[in-house]
Amino acid sequence: MPKSLTPPLAKLKQEIEGHAREFGLDFFETIFEVVSYDELNMVAAYGGFPTRYPHWRWGMEYEQLSKGYEYGLSKIYELVINNDPCYAYLLESNSDVDQKLVMAHVYGHCDFFKNNFSFRHTNRRMIDDMANHATRVRRWIDKIGVEKVEDFIDRALSLENLIDQHAPHIRRNPDPQRAEDELKSNERVEGFKVNREYMRGFINPSEFLDSQRKKVEEEKARTKKFPERPQRDVLAFLLEHAPLEPWESDILSIIRDEAYYFAPQGQTKIMNEGWASYWHSTIMTRRALKDDEVIDYADRHSGTMGTRPGALNPYKLGIELWRDIEERWNKGRFGKEWDECDDLRARRSWDKKLNQGREKIFEVRKHYNDITFIDTFLTAEFAIDQKLFVYGFNDKRNSWEILDREFRKVKNKLLQQLTNFGQPIIEVVDGNHDNRGELLMAHKHDGQDLKGDYARETLRNVQSLWRRPACIITRYDNKGVLLRFDGQNHTEKKIDL
Amino acid sequence: MSLRIHQDHSRFKQIVRGKIKSNLRKYVQKGEMIGKKGKDTISIPIPFIDIPHFKYGHKEQGGVGQGDGDVGQQLSPGAVQPGDGHQAGQGEGDHSLEVDVTLDELAQILGEELRLPNIERRQNEKIVTQKIKYTGVNTTGPESLRHFKRTYKQALRRQIAMGTYDPARPVIIPTREDRRYRSYKLQELPETNAVIIYMMDVSGSMGDEQKEIVRIESFWLDTWLRHQYKGLEARYIIHDAVAREVDRDTFFHTRESGGTMISSAYKLCRDIIKSDYPKSAWNIYPFHFSDGDNWSADDTRQCIEMLREDVLPNVNQFAYGQVESPYGSGQFIKDLREAVGDSTNVALSEIADKDAIYASIKDFLGKGR
Repeated sequence: MPKSLTPPLAKLKQEIEGHAREFGLDFFETIFEVVSYDELNMVAAYGGFPTRYPHWRWGMEYEQLSKGYEYGLSKIYELVINNDPCYAYLLESNSDVDQKLVMAHVYGHCDFFKNNFSFRHTNRRMIDDMANHATRVRRWIDKIGVEKVEDFIDRALSLENLIDQHAPHIRRNPDPQRAEDELKSNERVEGFKVNREYMRGFINPSEFLDSQRKKVEEEKARTKKFPERPQRDVLAFLLEHAPLEPWESDILSIIRDEAYYFAPQGQTKIMNEGWASYWHSTIMTRRALKDDEVIDYADRHSGTMGTRPGALNPYKLGIELWRDIEERWNKGRFGKEWDECDDLRARRSWDKKLNQGREKIFEVRKHYNDITFIDTFLTAEFAIDQKLFVYGFNDKRNSWEILDREFRKVKNKLLQQLTNFGQPIIEVVDGNHDNRGELLMAHKHDGQDLKGDYARETLRNVQSLWRRPACIITRYDNKGVLLRFDGQNHTEKKIDL
Repeated sequence: MSLRIHQDHSRFKQIVRGKIKSNLRKYVQKGEMIGKKGKDTISIPIPFIDIPHFKYGHKEQGGVGQGDGDVGQQLSPGAVQPGDGHQAGQGEGDHSLEVDVTLDELAQILGEELRLPNIERRQNEKIVTQKIKYTGVNTTGPESLRHFKRTYKQALRRQIAMGTYDPARPVIIPTREDRRYRSYKLQELPETNAVIIYMMDVSGSMGDEQKEIVRIESFWLDTWLRHQYKGLEARYIIHDAVAREVDRDTFFHTRESGGTMISSAYKLCRDIIKSDYPKSAWNIYPFHFSDGDNWSADDTRQCIEMLREDVLPNVNQFAYGQVESPYGSGQFIKDLREAVGDSTNVALSEIADKDAIYASIKDFLGKGR
């Protein structure tokens, strides 16, 4: 089980923490625990937490991680939990230089967690909540049975990406126009206009008024949509409206809580890993590294930064981008004058000696997420320097190939990959579809089709929670399609969009 | 102290196991998994253990990468990772996941599913074998075990320390002292030894399909016996009118023509047992596959005689599988049934086609001998 730091490690921690503070990093108290490989694999399988609710997928994760170790594919880990205090893990068999590198990297993450706006609404006591979730799920298992609970978790997990990532930041103001409409529609039905008061009873007999009133009510009921606006948080919608047993609601809300907790980490992966890498490299090379550790450090560092053509390494892309920003703001390579300069030689030797780089990156780490980070700071020069390209699958040759190196396309593809974690945006549009209590969802199609077999399996899981047929509108090959699962059969219907 | 995760891990394995079990008949009939065999493990495509999500197909989505190369250049296979980190199956739209299962585990599953009894060992003597285990890195050792990366690093370190490293001309020359070697220990493992002697009729009437059946069936026999005995050897005999011993590869890929003299194989089998596998130290399993079309009644008589006198008294079990060929099925199994069918250590099985392999494995292994 996790051990507290040995005196030499405690000394290292003190040293690295000192460097980090000196550089201006600002973090919660950070607790390091020393663990064995097995324990590290376990914690990693649990997403960094010491406890999670029981489920086979952690076991699958664990198996893959352990295998990676056996095959010598993975060596060094850094694992930090966004919590106050932050928790991080050190592998007991690592050398001092590894431990220092990991600590420096961890302080980078902790600073990011504390200061980046995306994490402002996260639960800083998540470590306790995760443990509580585990206890609750275990108690349900005792009561309901492991098979039923696990089966439900499987289905709930299948929907875990159907949340509204930005929900924690949205304040839902009442809509004045809608309120006004609502007020108006509540006015009494007056019937025909009456000039002579004594004629009123004849022109607008009470039966007539009643029937008119009823008509209006019916009309209102008919047009009242449910939900009134498309709802991105499909899990919340199901929690509120699906006929779930109490234990099912409880588990679904656990899955949803955890999904929201992890969402900001997905939204800032490139920034966060880049930031931590920037700081481990700065702290190590400027302060902490001893002469005889240089080679091992270089070996580890380059191992983390390695790239393969068909995958983007967030550590590498991130650190390079941070360094690029720092350099640009040091040299004054921004602003109107810079943008308008098209003399290549002048651009190359441009140096206004502003030295605002450090300050700038600290500001950026506060107010951006991956999308705005890439959108604002990824320049054409950078894309060329870093040899970025768009790749795609060539059906004819049955292989992946480089499609484009054009800056605009690279950037757009990258932004597309980052939007909603590169996952489709799905909303509930009607909870009473066809007036038969069917659930209708819509996929906001952005040029990419859903993976068909997965969509059908997922629809099956939605149906099992909703307990009425579930449908989704999407597009295949540019044609509108309504997929429907009624509990027995899948159907697919062409529709006009 | 056991880790909490072990519960989740064993649950995962249980699910994998369940999937394999429910598909076992399919796996047994299909030969393809034999080709995916590692040293101790086998990759099995199991259906859909992934949790489905609404997501894009990776092939439709593509992505951004980093590195050299011109537009249009193909990326090397394996360079592209599926978007969400899960192992992908054989292709998009294919609900399967490849999992590695140890052969031992596979054997267990086979045993459970076919309700195979464990083999009662005839020989209890423990025979000790040695196994090499690599334990670390040393400064001395044979050149064949030189650890190149460590050696390089050591040399680099020394050259930097000595100030002889020139970044402009980064040549690293390891000296004697820089060299690093993998060190190993010999571990002694007690083992119970067994040998399988495979015999196959490769005469003209045995076609590719028949051989495929033998190949698949022997994979499962192998797997089961290997699970029962730690040290398992295999010998291979092919025969038409004459018999000869071959290696495994030749065994499965030889095609001969001409007549069939089964006795030639049995004779060779007898000789191999006599010279290499004393009954006192070995558990012995001859398996013979043929379409049952022997040359003459006289040869069949010789076979039976040899079985009775030389083979059966020395082996744990003798097994004969008669594979139906395009020319029909021969007489041999009937002759055997009459002559030695009552013996406890004889297993006979008729294998009409691939579908019959499943039942045939049970015929062979069901006696627990």
